[in-house]
Amino acid sequence: MPYQVKLPVFDGPLDLLLHLIRVQEIDIYDIPIAQVTAQYLAYLELMQTLNLDVAGEWLVMAATLTYIKSRMLLPRSPEDEEIEDEEDPRRELLEKLLEYQRVKAMAEDLRERELEHREVYCRPPLDAPEDDEDIMLNVTLFDLLEAFTALVERLPEAEAQELVIEEMSVTEMIHTVVERLEGEGPIAFEALFEGATHRAEIVVTFLAILEMIRLKMILAQQRQPFGPIRVSLTVEEKQPA
Amino acid sequence: MTMTKQILEALLFAADQPVTLAQLAQLSPEPVEKAAVRATLEDLAADYEGRGVQLKEVAGGWQFLTRPEHGEWVRRLIQDESRAKLSRAALETLAIIVYRQPVTKMEIEGLRGVDSSGVLKTLLERRLVKILGRKRVIGRPILYGSSREFLQYFGLGNLTDLPRPEDIRPPLEGLPEEMQGEEFAALEELVEAQAVGDGGVGHEEGEPPAA
Repeated sequence: MPYQVKLPVFDGPLDLLLHLIRVQEIDIYDIPIAQVTAQYLAYLELMQTLNLDVAGEWLVMAATLTYIKSRMLLPRSPEDEEIEDEEDPRRELLEKLLEYQRVKAMAEDLRERELEHREVYCRPPLDAPEDDEDIMLNVTLFDLLEAFTALVERLPEAEAQELVIEEMSVTEMIHTVVERLEGEGPIAFEALFEGATHRAEIVVTFLAILEMIRLKMILAQQRQPFGPIRVSLTVEEKQPA
Repeated sequence: MTMTKQILEALLFAADQPVTLAQLAQLSPEPVEKAAVRATLEDLAADYEGRGVQLKEVAGGWQFLTRPEHGEWVRRLIQDESRAKLSRAALETLAIIVYRQPVTKMEIEGLRGVDSSGVLKTLLERRLVKILGRKRVIGRPILYGSSREFLQYFGLGNLTDLPRPEDIRPPLEGLPEEMQGEEFAALEELVEAQAVGDGGVGHEEGEPPAA
């Protein structure tokens, strides 16, 4: 049958399955797996005919559906009948679908907010005096190391006393640094080490800073070579114009 | 000198982005309670009820914004055509990140059932998503979370302005309306054609809304 199709775009196998379920008013808790599998495969075939790129996940779902179908076809042995809550082979798929449906509802909620907020305008920036920030230099690893060494040297000689050191991981430190930068805006490199009393804490902070630079979470800049280093969140750097 | 409603109004009028309670309180020469500032702001916001401009809490700060119903007019004034909507894939990914943060790419893909690297990259570039750190498991995958820009983009004061997951439409009560869009009409027909052969299960949705 010649059929003119403007192929809808589905975000993925789950999206397509939910669509099939919805338009046919199928009870999601009791999916006629044979019917849905056939329709799913038909759609896949369509995609292939149209030379669309069929990504792996589509094939995985096809295999999953076929597998579930075959398990549903197998007669249950008498022992199985006795076990009441023998798992429905569709269960895992059902859970995925329900979860995905929820995600779609959340996305839809966000869409409504997006559309509403698009209609909202704020004032553009006043003609504030230009900050000469654009001439900020990006700091090299050596600048950072130098600043770090200076810090460690300034560390007071540890007095001999028994202390319980609360260990902090790099990840936790990253959170801390992000929080500070979000709260206070760009701050001096040294300021990030304020309150650090132990060498270990300083090292962890430094590692956190390195990691964050690598992940492009923060920027380390200075106005002139060997000048003070300023650290700012990448997110903060570009305000919507 | 107390921070009067008029002073706050002037400050927020002059500001071009949301100003936090802490920032406002800091401007006062004598110490003020943030709670007191908030109360005055709420009072001020109430004054703007029914006006073309609203005072709103956005991304943890306060800001004067035009009201959504006048968007059309404002757009004509400033000739703003540049606001591209986010794709459905991007919104889904964002939804997962917002509700499950901190979350890894694998967890996102597990929920969506599709590769999400490209979408994630776009969201990071648009700064709606930020990296929170790394998960302490094998492979140390990156953890993602929502950013301040996310709140700004959707006009949210903070994350608690979003409905709680359990308050979001229960799974069975229909799918997002967007799926009724024009692009789906063709497949609906196709599937319906098959379904009719199976015993006439039709669909009751009306005509898709004009794009």
